Amino acid sequence: MKVRVKFFAILREKIGAAEMTRDIEEGGTVGDLWRALQKDYPKIDVPGIRLLYAVNQSYVKPDHVLKDQDEVVFVPPVSGG
Amino acid sequence: MFRVTNDPIDLQELVDYVGDPEAGAIATFIGTTRNNNEGRRVIALDYDGYAEMAEKELARIGEDAKTKWPICRMAIVHRLGPVQITEASVIIAVSAGHRDAAFAACRFAIEEIKKTVPIWKKEVYEGGEVWIGTQTGQPLTRS
Repeated sequence: MKVRVKFFAILREKIGAAEMTRDIEEGGTVGDLWRALQKDYPKIDVPGIRLLYAVNQSYVKPDHVLKDQDEVVFVPPVSGG
Repeated sequence: MFRVTNDPIDLQELVDYVGDPEAGAIATFIGTTRNNNEGRRVIALDYDGYAEMAEKELARIGEDAKTKWPICRMAIVHRLGPVQITEASVIIAVSAGHRDAAFAACRFAIEEIKKTVPIWKKEVYEGGEVWIGTQTGQPLTRS
């Protein structure tokens, strides 16, 4: 199945793309997806970064199981205000 | 009114929006862009945001504030894209029957924005730039 991944801020710059589609296995979690991305794009492994995970615009835990067509965002430390 | 925008934010628009016949107070907060941070001279700022989710989180902050204090209406607008030094990056307006609730809810909103809303600030210095990140807590879980 396929999920859409969007990148923002430091991750967008490191990966050099704002958005991509990724194939994932049935039962794959958002944490699995992050590990797969780190393998393919070692640059996004920013030392000490603490990420939050968002699926379909809500925060989820790393063990959240993804579904086909989900929109996934890895949220670097926020700094609005 | 909970939104993000690439345009300058109009304080009066927010104040008018939260106006309410039941209100005895309107509190506002304006976050402005500063020309220095931790001893470095900041020459420009640029905000990136996950717009759809940011607006949902801003609305969630409004809902949470309503459960905590007897407020009438709230509006939050956050700027995205390049923001000139001294301009407003975020404006919050809250109306309430009495000032204590208005001040408290306004303070709560800006603190929550800094914790959970997916917006990121990049500071540009002479000869460098950095994405600012102050988040230190454990991953959040919200649904």
